Amino acid sequence: MPPTRRGRGLRHAAAYAALLPMAATVLLAYLGTVAWSVRVSVSSSRTLPIGDFVGFSQYTRLFASERWMLSLENMALFGALFIVGCMVIGFLLAVFIDQRVKGEGVLRTVFLYPYAMSFVATGLVWQWLLNPELGLQSTIRSLGFPNFTFDWIVRQDMVMFAIAIAAVWQASGLVMALMLAGLRGIDDSLWKAARIDGIPTWRVYLSIVLPMLGASIGTALVLLSVGVVKVFDVVVAMTQGGPGLASEVPAKFIIDNLFGRANIGLASAASTVLLVTVLAVLAPWLYSRQRSSRQAGAHS
Amino acid sequence: MRQPTAIVLGIALAFGAAAVQAQQNRAEVIHWWTSGGESAAVKELANAYKAAGGTWVDSAIAGGEAARSTAINRIVGGTPSTAAQFNTSKQFHDVIDAGLLNNVDEVAQKNNWDKILPAPILNAIKVKGHFYAVPVNIHMPAWFWYSKSAFAKAGIAAEPKTADEFFADLDKLKAAGVVPLAQGGQPWQEKILFDAWLAHTGGSELYLKVYRDRDAGAVNSPAFKKVLVSFKRLKTYIDAGSPGRNWNDATAMLITGKAGVQIMGDWAKGEFQAANQTAGKEYGCFPGFGPKSPYIIAGDVFVFPKTTDPAQIKSQHLLADTFTSPATQVAFNNKKGSIPIRTDVDSKGMDICAQTGLQVMKDPSRQLPNPEMLVSPDVAGVLQDIVTKYWNTNQSADDAVKAIALAIKG
Repeated sequence: MPPTRRGRGLRHAAAYAALLPMAATVLLAYLGTVAWSVRVSVSSSRTLPIGDFVGFSQYTRLFASERWMLSLENMALFGALFIVGCMVIGFLLAVFIDQRVKGEGVLRTVFLYPYAMSFVATGLVWQWLLNPELGLQSTIRSLGFPNFTFDWIVRQDMVMFAIAIAAVWQASGLVMALMLAGLRGIDDSLWKAARIDGIPTWRVYLSIVLPMLGASIGTALVLLSVGVVKVFDVVVAMTQGGPGLASEVPAKFIIDNLFGRANIGLASAASTVLLVTVLAVLAPWLYSRQRSSRQAGAHS
Repeated sequence: MRQPTAIVLGIALAFGAAAVQAQQNRAEVIHWWTSGGESAAVKELANAYKAAGGTWVDSAIAGGEAARSTAINRIVGGTPSTAAQFNTSKQFHDVIDAGLLNNVDEVAQKNNWDKILPAPILNAIKVKGHFYAVPVNIHMPAWFWYSKSAFAKAGIAAEPKTADEFFADLDKLKAAGVVPLAQGGQPWQEKILFDAWLAHTGGSELYLKVYRDRDAGAVNSPAFKKVLVSFKRLKTYIDAGSPGRNWNDATAMLITGKAGVQIMGDWAKGEFQAANQTAGKEYGCFPGFGPKSPYIIAGDVFVFPKTTDPAQIKSQHLLADTFTSPATQVAFNNKKGSIPIRTDVDSKGMDICAQTGLQVMKDPSRQLPNPEMLVSPDVAGVLQDIVTKYWNTNQSADDAVKAIALAIKG
């Protein structure tokens, strides 16, 4: 018996009622706090939120701040290194495991393990490893290579690279897992066809398999990009923004001003700018995804 | 069956007893003293409060920033604690201005705080004639610590009496193959080094003109530039591993004799103690160059969030009263590594560094407030950014002067 109109309406009402708490959470906890931050960013608030209105003076101060501008540059550099590094290494690891190697389960766990650990702990280990007086440099020098130099972490111009190394080490396992899932989804018949045609394996990966991993790549890119925007723990654990201001990042600027420097107006302005940046990155991606799914719908 | 019943009964009794006790001068105290020595110290405060008939509810939150923002969030949210820890600084002045703190004038007058407290601390806690915080200790953030074995190796017989002698000693240490200056390369540590250098080589007057009076003329003076230049000279005495190093790792370099000197707060004593070293035996300490050197004052206070509940106000007053009593002061500060806020205490149980500090404190002309008492947290933060940039890059002293002049205007 087909459901009556009234019955369906009731069922919908029940579904909406069940969704209500979630909707309220989104509205109040997410959008509400975003609106609140934007509101605070146009006030003169210091330690406590104040309800006055000072226009865009916090934003003017923000973009006049050398440290903020440097933080943005550092984030861009880190983002490029981190995303490219993770994608390349993650993909190669996935391809490696995809060769049906022995002990696959163990290797998968090993590669993914860094992602499960907190950077507060591993960052400290990286700090020691990269410290020229304690870690790699002094060890190799004591092995009889007195001219060996690896002091990126204490150098103004190289410190972001040192941080990117540690961050890539942590996150490429995640990319590997995503890519591996994609690789396993590729039909065996494709491989057989390629083998019959005599196409070398590397070529199959590059020209056939990689384009088919679009969804995995998209997911990985979004996850990594979010990681870039909110990068904080690795910097605090490894360099505390130093030497000097050379590895400052926007999230650290916000936290410092929010708590230590009792400057919630400026911190809110900075987080608003960061939010706009994220939206600017996400919007084209969401748009293109929507368009391609609509096109796919039209074709079928 | 009997045992579980007994346990349940015991738990019920314990809770019942706690509930009864909780009625008596219940005080919830937010603080960030969580490390070994620190929590032993705060226990002294709690015990003193309990002995005075109070019930102590401990709210320890790791990390100063986290603890302070929790305190402020609870004040704003309307469920404040009885007391909350801040540094002796301007950190809580916005909260005073917003009318969200109770004063403790009654206790202050009864105990004659105007007479017994050093002027820099009075200035930090007394706003418009009212006392808004109770100080519990004096930390000196810029002591000179040195390894006696490193000094012996370099052939240094006496502590330096001037900056020139200090540089000469650093040269000797370098020649002897030890790291002359153990510096933790984190912005706050570089700022401490700079403040110490400004106070000791520029003098108290220049220090106060810059930080207290925000005097652009003083910042642009040749004397200030000279301080910046000789501050940068110190950098030639650190090792390549300095950037990012924690302060206690730098102290460890002194403990193992790998480095000669560290300029750091008196909390460094805890590290020496943990390594079973004694002041005057394995390591030495001096607060500055010569017998008239300035003594920078920092420390911790407790503030009392606004409440109209008479029972809570009574608890707040009792807290203020017990924290400042001479016996509590000595017991607490011996464990904390700092010195008491008052000089009329028995110094026999203290180590020689603390005794030196207490002796120095008797001369008001040597007392110098730390920069955080003179400028807002915002300005202090910007100054820290400038100092760390100057220390770590090739920025010229003139450019640093310009940046500082701009920052102190804000």
